[in-house]
Amino acid sequence: MIDTLCAVETPEGVELEFSPAGPVPRALAWVVDAGIRCAIYLALASALHGLGRVGLGLTLLVLFLLEWFYPVGFEVLAGGQTPGKKLLGLRVLRADGAPVGWSRSTVRSLLAFADFLPFGFAAGLTAMFLGPRCQRLGDLAAGTLVVHLEPLQAFPPAPAGAETLPPPFPLTLQEQQAIMGFAERAPGLTLERARELADLLEPLTGARGDEGVRRLHAMARALRGLA
Amino acid sequence: MRQERFERAHREEWDAFEAMLAPGQSAERLPQTYRRICQHLALARDRCYTAGLVQRLNGLVLAGHQALYGSTLGLGPQWARFLAGGLARRVRALAWPVLLAALLFGLPFAALPPAIARNPQLAYLVEEPQSLARMESMYRPGAGRFGRANQAQTDVAMFGYYIWNNVRITFQTFAGGILLGLGSAFFLLYNGLHGGAVAGHLAHAGLGPQFWPFVATHSALELPALVLAGAAGLHLGWALLAPGRRSRARALLEAAREAMPLVYGAALMDGLAACIEAFWSASALVPAALKLTVAALLWTAMAGYFLLAGRHHV
Repeated sequence: MIDTLCAVETPEGVELEFSPAGPVPRALAWVVDAGIRCAIYLALASALHGLGRVGLGLTLLVLFLLEWFYPVGFEVLAGGQTPGKKLLGLRVLRADGAPVGWSRSTVRSLLAFADFLPFGFAAGLTAMFLGPRCQRLGDLAAGTLVVHLEPLQAFPPAPAGAETLPPPFPLTLQEQQAIMGFAERAPGLTLERARELADLLEPLTGARGDEGVRRLHAMARALRGLA
Repeated sequence: MRQERFERAHREEWDAFEAMLAPGQSAERLPQTYRRICQHLALARDRCYTAGLVQRLNGLVLAGHQALYGSTLGLGPQWARFLAGGLARRVRALAWPVLLAALLFGLPFAALPPAIARNPQLAYLVEEPQSLARMESMYRPGAGRFGRANQAQTDVAMFGYYIWNNVRITFQTFAGGILLGLGSAFFLLYNGLHGGAVAGHLAHAGLGPQFWPFVATHSALELPALVLAGAAGLHLGWALLAPGRRSRARALLEAAREAMPLVYGAALMDGLAACIEAFWSASALVPAALKLTVAALLWTAMAGYFLLAGRHHV
């Protein structure tokens, strides 16, 4: 199967699935963060300006911290998300699915310098295209992933309606899953698309159009065990 | 089992688990609930329940995984152990890259001053005439940093500058190593050449009595810091060049874990060096002889630490 999902096996023996984030959302998150860093820097620099040369020294310290440790602080203390990543729905995780700690986050942050070389993150981009999991050099060395953060899914409501209709002949598990999946996703489909999909199953439902959709929903209810 | 019965049987437990994950909740029953939900996810996948249910359980397991395996040890004791000998042990474990980095930096740094004493033109091969002239004026007696006004304020400004500039160079020297070690080698050679050229030129210009007491103390921390960062970078590069019986990705991961302590040590040493450079080395109140004595002690202490600390197992 060709997709970008990657699975990690947990010590409990189940597989966790993530979808790694590609270069575009990550670049956008970086731009947002760069803006925030600039804003912090300018605000502090103008506030410290009144302190003369002492202020200059403190400004340089702030600049140093912003340059290297802005991502580290947020990634460790704010659940793997800098403000930019939060806005774009991204999150940094260890490759085994656990949250990143200080050490790995620091590796990522320091190696961002190498990723930037020779210009405009060319090295990091190349690494992301070459690997299966969209990791820049810093991610490879730190063993981290940037993934799309899926908010905890609300429970899909049980399909409404009362009619149930057992399938006319036995179906494999995958076929059953496809029919239940159709019913689950139906609220997000247009009527035309739902009809079009249901028409494909005419051999099963023995009907086309709205009647086919209705029968498919009834079968899904039966398969889910709503008797 | 039909999906509907499965959901009815376990739904309460899933909702309770989600509530447990909220911050500030008692985590007492979290591990066993988490393991049961792992089993539910495996069952849901195996029995081909709908994608919505599988995603929901996947999300619950991910959140539980984060809560269960995300706890970190306190940083305080770790750092204490690290400084008491862990760093020195790590440096000795990476003796080869450290030696190589020391040579890459040390050879040009040591070779240039005698060469410049014989042929002063050599300094201009490495450095711009303007920057050499600026260096000269900085160390001329009575000029520049030794007779400056607002001493204390300028010290703070220079401290900020040293941190920003020197730690950045250290970090870059490390990070460049992931490019097959070339970046680290470049920064080591580059800094060795520049340092050697400046030192040689100033000694040749007869400014040694001002220059050496100024740099002697903080360089005991600053130069080893650069070498350690470079060694960490070379270690990364070597893992990519010769991963041995591991995949390159695996080798890189392990090398980074082995090398990071050196980078932390280097950053810490740079921070200390910046303190010394701003508030001690630049001070006009401290006589040169005292500076040189302290410098000698510090160099000895550094050598002693890296050779001897952490030999006994704690």
